[in-house]
Amino acid sequence: MDALLLQLLNGLDKGGAYALIALGLTLIFGTLGVVNFAHGALFMLGGFCAVVLHKLLTISKMVKDTSVTFFDSYKEVPYLTLWFGEAGARVIDYAVPLSVLLAIPVMLVLGIAFERGLIRHFYRRPHADQILVTFGLAIVLQELVKAYFGANPIPVPTPDALTGSADIGAWFGLGGSITYPWWRLVYFLFSLGVIGAVFAFLRFTTFGMVVRAGMRDRETVGLFGINIQRRFTVVFGIAVVVAGVAGAMYTPILAPDYHMGMEFLVLSFVVVVVGGMGSLGGAVLAGFLLGILQSFASMNEVKALVPGIDQVIIYLVAVAILLVRPRGLLGRKGLMET
Amino acid sequence: MTSNRRNDLLLVAGFAAAVLALPLWAAPLGAGYPDLLQRFAIYGIFAIGFNILFGLTGYLSFGHAAFLGVGSYTAVWCFKLLTVNVLPAVLCGMVVAGLFALVIGYVSLRRSGIYFAILTLAFAQMSYNLAYSVLTPVTNGETGLQMARTDPRLIDTWLHGASPVIPSTHLFGIPMSGYSGFYFCAVLLIAAFWVALRISRSPFGTMLRAIRSNQNRLNFTGVHSRPYALAAFVISGVYAGLAGSLLAVTDPLAGAERMQWTASGEVVLMTILGGVGTMLGPVLGAAVIKYFENIFSAFNAQTLHHLFSFLPDPVENAVVGLLGLFVGEGWQLTLGVLFMIVVVFLPGGIMEGIERVGRLLRRRRSDGAQAAAAAPAGPAHGAAPQPNPAAAGSRNPAAQHARGAA
Repeated sequence: MDALLLQLLNGLDKGGAYALIALGLTLIFGTLGVVNFAHGALFMLGGFCAVVLHKLLTISKMVKDTSVTFFDSYKEVPYLTLWFGEAGARVIDYAVPLSVLLAIPVMLVLGIAFERGLIRHFYRRPHADQILVTFGLAIVLQELVKAYFGANPIPVPTPDALTGSADIGAWFGLGGSITYPWWRLVYFLFSLGVIGAVFAFLRFTTFGMVVRAGMRDRETVGLFGINIQRRFTVVFGIAVVVAGVAGAMYTPILAPDYHMGMEFLVLSFVVVVVGGMGSLGGAVLAGFLLGILQSFASMNEVKALVPGIDQVIIYLVAVAILLVRPRGLLGRKGLMET
Repeated sequence: MTSNRRNDLLLVAGFAAAVLALPLWAAPLGAGYPDLLQRFAIYGIFAIGFNILFGLTGYLSFGHAAFLGVGSYTAVWCFKLLTVNVLPAVLCGMVVAGLFALVIGYVSLRRSGIYFAILTLAFAQMSYNLAYSVLTPVTNGETGLQMARTDPRLIDTWLHGASPVIPSTHLFGIPMSGYSGFYFCAVLLIAAFWVALRISRSPFGTMLRAIRSNQNRLNFTGVHSRPYALAAFVISGVYAGLAGSLLAVTDPLAGAERMQWTASGEVVLMTILGGVGTMLGPVLGAAVIKYFENIFSAFNAQTLHHLFSFLPDPVENAVVGLLGLFVGEGWQLTLGVLFMIVVVFLPGGIMEGIERVGRLLRRRRSDGAQAAAAAPAGPAHGAAPQPNPAAAGSRNPAAQHARGAA
């Protein structure tokens, strides 16, 4: 029982990441009708926002090490610590959560620039063309990152206060065998928060209402004299921001490298299709479902029973669901079906 | 019909001549070495087969590298178990890849459009993961499958006795490395091209085109279209298997990375870059991409400095710094940029580009002829053959596809 609960927990953070990427993908499908193969690369860019911020914060200077008295010794001290002492060190420590603040404007600008400059010309083109141009964009983005940051993963540390594990078993009175790393818990809560924010934005604001109406029938909304195009541009920006912050917060779990986006992209497409293309709720549901399933499949007991199941479970489930429920779990009729 | 047939014969003859003479005219481009030429031929076959499914039938598969990989593994197993003669290996590779495609196609073709793309992607990724880890006894996992001295090689042992070293692959004594290897692949490429041409000209090909333009309408007229689509899927799988086994023929080694989805993406790129639905396009696209991969990746900063040494130093450094991003390690950046440019500005790929240039030249010539014939060129100018957008659209398979989907 405890082991099962543990696996359930283990799937949550991964599920959160899948859900966030799939949410953005679905938002772009549903509004613009564009298949965005660059979405994984945007997740990766978000991860590198955290790397950049951490590098910026730790710009340092050689200072004589006074603790060594016997001979001359120098050590690197970040300017922030030099100027602000303890508070500066604290800021550096919290580089990853802070990088969300950097990622939001950066990704928003990037997203709107991509939409204006590239994606907008592809609304009326076949899906194959959209896939190809965004795939090309993904290659360009990841090669630029590779040229600048190199091919190796760059780890970014978790804030000190959030390293170590939470004793979740004790919270529910289940004994001490269930622990869960703090940062993964933070990531899970963070993903819930972002998902909630996106849903609330679409549900409760006038802007969101118009966007939802536009998802149903773009032309009628246009006939009311609403500039639906501009709103869709903003929605694209939001989807990109969601992918970016998801990537930034994921860096302590998985050090970002230039091709991590491609791996997440394939998985998140599977997630989107399983959830039902164009259904935001479906994307979130399927994201958590597949994340948790994957962690169950990687249990040693299961692996002993069916070797290699952890590698293929997601695809197996995807194929099974697509064949039984062709529209996915919560898919609407008539969307992207031809 | 007869003139069509003659045109086709001319096309195949011209294609054959161009391919067989490749060592001659690729040499000035720096591509005149057999290893690269082999790759041109092999990936040409792969792209031709893929085009039967994507260009003709309109199904975008993102999992075709799986068949390439299966073909490779089968061929290497054939070398290990039976004989190092390449003929059985190639045949086995085609058969096994075809059967594999039959299974996957049967399941995937129940859906179309983006769902089909994701289904094939899922299957291919599954095969990749299986080959990488679970099926290690068959695929030798991440090390990759290769020949060993202790392999049984039943037929060879029976004919010639056990060999003390690892024999190299051959076709009845002709070695499969260097130019003879290239010509083996080239002959198969020409044959593959000819078969694809026959398929596209046949009633079956017409049926495939009908599926692409409007499958619903086809179903309403009482045609059961799925077997045709499945046949196209299996044929393209067999082509991929052939290409995969040829990869193993020229270098008897098979690894799981051949099945990764980026490899599937590569063949899509080749087809699009060359021109979807055209006969020559996919081969051209494959050649261009393989050329980039092999030539651009070999450039380094030193070569660039040498190239631009005529510029003043600061300018030279800036130019080299900028171009350095696009060559050597970063050649894929060139690929990505090229790719976006082609999709944005030239949806019909290289073939459309050639056609546009051809039309431009023809128009200029006919304009010139008319001006020479009739001095008052007023009305004649208006009658000059303008590129009719509708006609151009119908010649452009991507646009046709869009209309089919709309």
